Amino acid sequence: MEYFAQQVINGLQLGFVYALIALGYTMVYGIVRLINFAHGDVFMIGAFIGFYTIERYHLPLALVFLSAVAGCTVLAVLIEQLAYRPLRHAPKIASLITAIGVSLFLEYFTSLRQVFGPNFYSFPRPFPVVIWEVGGILVTNIQAVILVVTVLCLLFLQFIVFRTKMGRGMRAVSYDYVTAGLMGVNVNRVISFTFGLGAALAGVGGVLYGIAYPQVNTFMGFMPGLKAFTAAVLGGIGNIPGAVLGALIMGQSETMVSAYLSSTYRDGIAFVILILVLLWKPTGILGAPRAEKV
Amino acid sequence: MAESLRNLARILAAYALLAGSIVLLAATGVVNPYWVQILELACVVAISAQGLNVIYGYTGLFSLGHAAFLGIGAYTAAYLMKTVGGQSQVLFFTALLAGGGAAAVIACLIGLPALRLTSDYLGIATLGFGIIMKVVFDNADSFLPELGGARGMTGITKMTTVPWVVFFLLVSLLIVRNTIHSSYGRAIISIREDEIAAETMGIDTFRYKMVGFVMGCAFAGVAGGLYAHLYAFLHPSNFDFFKSIDILVIVVLGGLGNMSGVLVASFGWIFLLEGLRVVLPPGYVELRWVLIPVLLIVTMLLRPQGLFGTREFPFLRGRLYR
Repeated sequence: MEYFAQQVINGLQLGFVYALIALGYTMVYGIVRLINFAHGDVFMIGAFIGFYTIERYHLPLALVFLSAVAGCTVLAVLIEQLAYRPLRHAPKIASLITAIGVSLFLEYFTSLRQVFGPNFYSFPRPFPVVIWEVGGILVTNIQAVILVVTVLCLLFLQFIVFRTKMGRGMRAVSYDYVTAGLMGVNVNRVISFTFGLGAALAGVGGVLYGIAYPQVNTFMGFMPGLKAFTAAVLGGIGNIPGAVLGALIMGQSETMVSAYLSSTYRDGIAFVILILVLLWKPTGILGAPRAEKV
Repeated sequence: MAESLRNLARILAAYALLAGSIVLLAATGVVNPYWVQILELACVVAISAQGLNVIYGYTGLFSLGHAAFLGIGAYTAAYLMKTVGGQSQVLFFTALLAGGGAAAVIACLIGLPALRLTSDYLGIATLGFGIIMKVVFDNADSFLPELGGARGMTGITKMTTVPWVVFFLLVSLLIVRNTIHSSYGRAIISIREDEIAAETMGIDTFRYKMVGFVMGCAFAGVAGGLYAHLYAFLHPSNFDFFKSIDILVIVVLGGLGNMSGVLVASFGWIFLLEGLRVVLPPGYVELRWVLIPVLLIVTMLLRPQGLFGTREFPFLRGRLYR
């Protein structure tokens, strides 16, 4: 029982990091219907910014997060404007292939020796690890940091989406792109903002991932990105609470399979769950069915 | 009757000319064995790309798991040849067909539930299937030790030769051409254009989606068998998500639903990959994967509809357009 509870805690840790990545996928998909394959690599860049700011400049934790957020936001807005915006009215597959191109470029360009290099780097711990024992279960202060930071991010996101003018614009554009434009919403700016916001969360996620699983590599963004996107689909794409729910399910299932079955099956289980859920409810757990226009 | 005989003669002549000239060039040493192998690989990739072209280009089913079917065909054919086939050419042919058949059966099983999903959701489901299959290949040695699992499968004989790949490439092109210009093809294309309208016109959309999907996956299975016996070594990473993406990129670059474009793009893609390896100075080979995405993005920005548009080579045109 204690072993099980311990795994639940570990699963939560993983799930929260996935949630931060999944939010970026779900918001971007909700607005431009694009699977932004480069998002996982933005997350990787966030982790690397965390790595350099801690290892080289010894910045305090708050500034580490801030620089990762700033770096990722600028990167994502640049990607959106240079690569995706010119294709907004082209067939959807062109944007998808471009997204894959951007993803490959970020991975291989940063793995050049002149940039980050192809090696695995061990991520420095920004604070000494403290382990508490709560009723036989071990909880680390890393897990506490992940919990607090993720919850703060979610509250911040909730505030932006439901309490600001930009948030209203985002909701309007995701509901109906053309009409929102006619109603005076600056669609281009909303889309750039959404990319930036998603990337900011991915940046935070990257630093947290580096702290929790202390190793970074330029290809580290691929699998978490894929799983976070799957989590977003699982919860109902375009739906913010859905992305968090999907990510938590993903984190739990993966941890449980590693704990009770074998870690070699870890990557598979998430997708088995995904396929089963899609068959039962094609729009995801919390996704609203879209009316089909004929 | 006379015309179909003439057609057959023409196809056989084309086959003899193509395969013969390549074999001759290789035998006289004009083309070295390394490039012959690249050429064989390009043909294998072209077969599987035609398969995805049927699935995505003609039927409009977004599949991100094509490499999984390649893997199913490869492992099936390699297992059969390793256990019973030996060196026999006849059994090799049978094993390739069995690989295609296995891919088709699994495609059918996956398609039954998955083809009810639409557009991106189908893409994600097939992507998920691809990753599940990769995990299965990785753990395959726990149920069939011959498959090698994560260590890779060895002990496969190199059976794939130029005549074989050219034969299967020609056959696959003929099958796609004749299917697309038949009533089946009309039905399949109408689903891509507008599924609701197609259904209103009395087309059993689920059945035809299944036909397109299973046919495309069977091509991938045969191509997988050829691939297995080309390099005589199989590893699960040969069939991961990136390989599915490779094939998708080829089909999109060539132009969705354009046989000639996909054919040219398959060869172009493989020769570009290998050519850059030769052209780039030693120590800069990693730059390959920096240049290729840039090329990809620029191509998409300049020609989002694919390099070939809607033009086809004369021998791939339908009778209506001749």
